[in-house]
Amino acid sequence: MRVPLSWLGEFVDLEPGTTPEDVHAALVRVGLEEEEIHRFDLTGPIVVGEVLSIEPEAQTNGKTINWCQVRVSTSSTTDKSKVEDIRGIVCGAHNFVVGDKVVVTLPGAVLPGPFPIAPRKTYGHVSDGMIASARELGLGDEHDGILRLAALGLDAPVGTDAIALLGLDDTAVEINVTPDRGYAFSIRGVAREYAHATGVSFRDPALAVVPAPSSVEFVVTIDDQAPIRDRIGASVFVTRAVRGVDPTRPSPAWLIARLKLAGIRSISLIVDVTNYVMIELGQPIHAYDLDALTGGITVRRAGTGEKLTTLDEVTRTLNSEDLLIADESGPIGLAGVMGGQTTEIGSTTTNVLVEAANFDPVSIARTARRHKLPSEASRRFERGVDPAVAAVAAARVVQLLVELAGGVADDLGSLHDATPAAEPIFLPTGFISGLIGLAYTLEEVRTSLAEVGASLEETEGGLSVSAPSWRPDLTDKWTLAEEVARIVGYDRIPSVLPVAPPGRGLTRTQALRRQVAQTLAAAGHTEVLAYPFVAEKANNLFGAAVGPVAPQMRVANPLDGEAPFLRTSILPGLLQIAHRNRSRGLTDLAIFEQGQVFRPGAGVVYGRTVVPPGAVRPSARLEAELNMGIPPQPFSVGVVLTGNARRQQPGRPAVAAGWQDALVAVQQVALATGVAIQVRQGSHQAMHPGRTAELFVTTDAGVVSVGFAGELLPAIARGFDLPAVVAVAEIDLSVVFDHADAELQATPIRTMPAATQDLSLVVDTVVPAGEVLQAVIEGSGSLLDHAELVDDYRGAGIPSGRKSLTFALRFRAADRTLTAAEASDAKLAGVAVAAARFGATLRE
Amino acid sequence: MSDPTEISEEAVTAALTAALTAISTAADSAALRVVRTEHAGDASPLARLNALMRTVPNDRKAAAGKLVGQAKSRVSQALAAREAEIGEAEAQARLAAETVDVTAAASTWRPGARHPLSLLQERVADVFVGMGWEVAEGPELESEWFNFDALNFDEDHPARAMQDTFFVGPPEAHLVLRTHTSPVQMRALLARELPVYVVAPGRVFRTDELDATHTPVFHQIEGIAVDKGLTMAHLRGTLDHFVKAMFGPEAKVRLRPNYFPFTEPSAELDLWHPTFKDGARWIEWGGCGMVNANVLRSAGIDPEVYSGFAFGVGVERALMFRNDVKDMHDMVEGDVRFSQQYGMTV
Repeated sequence: MRVPLSWLGEFVDLEPGTTPEDVHAALVRVGLEEEEIHRFDLTGPIVVGEVLSIEPEAQTNGKTINWCQVRVSTSSTTDKSKVEDIRGIVCGAHNFVVGDKVVVTLPGAVLPGPFPIAPRKTYGHVSDGMIASARELGLGDEHDGILRLAALGLDAPVGTDAIALLGLDDTAVEINVTPDRGYAFSIRGVAREYAHATGVSFRDPALAVVPAPSSVEFVVTIDDQAPIRDRIGASVFVTRAVRGVDPTRPSPAWLIARLKLAGIRSISLIVDVTNYVMIELGQPIHAYDLDALTGGITVRRAGTGEKLTTLDEVTRTLNSEDLLIADESGPIGLAGVMGGQTTEIGSTTTNVLVEAANFDPVSIARTARRHKLPSEASRRFERGVDPAVAAVAAARVVQLLVELAGGVADDLGSLHDATPAAEPIFLPTGFISGLIGLAYTLEEVRTSLAEVGASLEETEGGLSVSAPSWRPDLTDKWTLAEEVARIVGYDRIPSVLPVAPPGRGLTRTQALRRQVAQTLAAAGHTEVLAYPFVAEKANNLFGAAVGPVAPQMRVANPLDGEAPFLRTSILPGLLQIAHRNRSRGLTDLAIFEQGQVFRPGAGVVYGRTVVPPGAVRPSARLEAELNMGIPPQPFSVGVVLTGNARRQQPGRPAVAAGWQDALVAVQQVALATGVAIQVRQGSHQAMHPGRTAELFVTTDAGVVSVGFAGELLPAIARGFDLPAVVAVAEIDLSVVFDHADAELQATPIRTMPAATQDLSLVVDTVVPAGEVLQAVIEGSGSLLDHAELVDDYRGAGIPSGRKSLTFALRFRAADRTLTAAEASDAKLAGVAVAAARFGATLRE
Repeated sequence: MSDPTEISEEAVTAALTAALTAISTAADSAALRVVRTEHAGDASPLARLNALMRTVPNDRKAAAGKLVGQAKSRVSQALAAREAEIGEAEAQARLAAETVDVTAAASTWRPGARHPLSLLQERVADVFVGMGWEVAEGPELESEWFNFDALNFDEDHPARAMQDTFFVGPPEAHLVLRTHTSPVQMRALLARELPVYVVAPGRVFRTDELDATHTPVFHQIEGIAVDKGLTMAHLRGTLDHFVKAMFGPEAKVRLRPNYFPFTEPSAELDLWHPTFKDGARWIEWGGCGMVNANVLRSAGIDPEVYSGFAFGVGVERALMFRNDVKDMHDMVEGDVRFSQQYGMTV
């Protein structure tokens, strides 16, 4: 909402020197957020001039220009030959004659643009200023010639400051109106708020005009057969006729300037007046060409498939929920949204029917949204218009058409008002103080509520409060509390720290998620946050180990049509980010992200057709249904490494990142969560067939897969514009966390001396070393303290197709020093198991 | 030098002098080993003199023994002293030879980093956990009921259309990417015993194109407290404590009237700080207010018995004014240099 200060000043006293910033600051205090400041952005000298002579001069380019002598000041000596009084000005327009008063911008003036004016050599003359058009002054879009004062119905002495004359010295403050404050979409509402903020008195413009009853009934029928949510589409419908309007009369400059500052283009006097009254009182007005109407008006719902051509020349197919204005010829307007073409005010309209109605906010909002037609009118109706102001607004339009357009108020009109009486609100004594935490006096409560326009009545235990007609948002005692708190001032509310009951700290999974991120970062991975929007094929590739399609959810209105699906895996986003970094020359990367992924079940239909109402707790069954309607969104962590894991440094060659780095990251996650994440040879459609580990945890119930790690298929890496070797890991954290809550049972630390032995076993190359180690551990029994793989040898001395795995074993008893023989026996028991399982033989 | 034939003072002194000279001129431990053999070994002049003891008449044995013994003792003391001296010098030389250029150390480790938006959310959560609050969570893909209806956003209310919502799946599914962290309020109220004091950090979504100050995916932190007797003064007290804990003792909060469907009365939350880049000023940071009675009713809580307050702030916005991040692109593009500026702390 843009508020010209001169207009605001009609209804409140603005202290002399009040700046737009002062007005903003005042309005912010009462809850109207500040936006921009709008000005005409021009500086003088810009004066009224009189054209003394016009000499047309044909130019070689085919144009004809006018070399004009224009008097721009009347000096006190009245010496008409005085050079400064008369300027030679070149003008390209032809819509004026000698004797016309025009607007002259003299050298030194600056027009919006900024466009500075200086003496200018052109067409063989020195043009000592410019004769301005309305558009050049920022007053309108018309550019069919220069602005003649007579065209605005204006006359003023030569030399008069045209900036003030045309209202171009005015300024507007723009405020953001919250959805509950429809009344602030008017100068009337903003002035009232300004009065609240500053304490100055407010003169209500709605009281300045008294609607006269009409003696000849214009027939209006409200026939709403399908009210939306039980609300009749039109509760108030006022019409008033004006006859004999002079269609040639221009809109006065002040009106054009005010509308312009308010953000509305001047169209014609009649339309400008309706807009002016809408801005002033907040009541949208529609004006019909009375002579184009056929019979009376009916307000009804549209029939299915019914059509209407609106003022913007678009023919619209209507919906049965749309509220229509119709006459005997059919639809003539989309109620509260936009009028129709057939009864439009035109350049010859002389008889006007003014409509001021109050339409149901929901109906208007739905229609405006359905037809993508947000208008000044619909914006106001959606937020609620004062039902009591309709008749006043209609009378104000009539008044202005009489005053400005030479019209005559007619006896024809109508008044339908079915506004339900507002329910009074019971405000218990002390309620507001108890809610806000500040002891308001009864006087403060009464004064504040009276100031916003409510009427009060004493009742037992409190007040009975009737909200003013323009405040449909005041519906309960809490809304009244806000009014009192803001009128007295939010800055008066004290600061008291409440004491919460003892908390339990972070939950275990919250703490574990932090620890995973901290551990990965401390171990050299950089956290990034990708958007969760991906392409379908990326989800198909990473959402499941085998294809061809993974269940996934689609965003109905994506910003990026290429990526309308919700990620089923962290990896596609990370790979895209890896590419972005590489394109910026950052080639050695180790990145990770932890977050929610969206994993709908195959064939499950999510959502719920009927949304339960608010303000009522859903039943346990309904709540469960709502939750079942949301697909699982587990936490996942992904890691991507590419380039060098270690760069070249003095004395050390570079080490390329590969599948092992992905497995190191997995170990770090295992350490951070305290869950033994195990590894075995695996496969995944996106992964290198020989360099992929399946990650799993072993539980009492068996093995549970928790993710995968290794290297991407080189072709897929190339598809992301990445090098052939990209190491990745993805771990389903939610599953890992499920296995993290058991408390660790400690193993006693053995302190007796250890016996260490190396063991080299020869097995087929395809046998996984991890499984051989597992066999040795199982076979060696309780004396084995520690075992690890230290070498994998193939070549001379080992048969082809076999490999020698060397393990370092450490044996230790709890209660005695082991003999070498005991250790050897234990080792051989391990060898026996490995031999039985994998045909392992001791290396010679 | 010919072998002496008797233990004379001259002969002992000569042997001693020769030994001490040789010891003092030995340059390193190898030379000293040679000197030890020559002057203290079995074939050394003093040893040979000592061997003559058996030829010394008994009445002079004591004097001769003393003479030779003292000389041998001086030689061995000199050897020990010189050995320590050379050992020390050689140890110093060895260490000097091991000098490295510490500025050219090869690292076996690569630096990683957390994302500052994650770290900021954790800091905020820590402040509230320290006050006894708990951290609540909810899904990013939500039912419209939790995101809107339960929070007093009427189906036809303009505020609902203003939220620029991503819808997921067919319209009749009524699923949305949550437009704010407020649905977590409702989940917390439904799931927990009263009183409830929780904060909910998390990712939220609106259909704003990415530019310097907007991103369709961003983060909020929501707080809600529902208890008997909570007032707007408690809201202010909580926010005062919060901003001081986050931004230092000079930080201040200002409340301005505003409108949100889920609070009544509602307020805009402005933060004042003297040392942020661009100077001391009020910064719009979020919204807050007393929990709307209809929101309490959605959770089955009687608003005549309980009251509550709630607030929500933007995490990206905090990073912008606190750490002078000028462009939202830096937060979302994943350029590792952005996170690496912060390392493990924000």
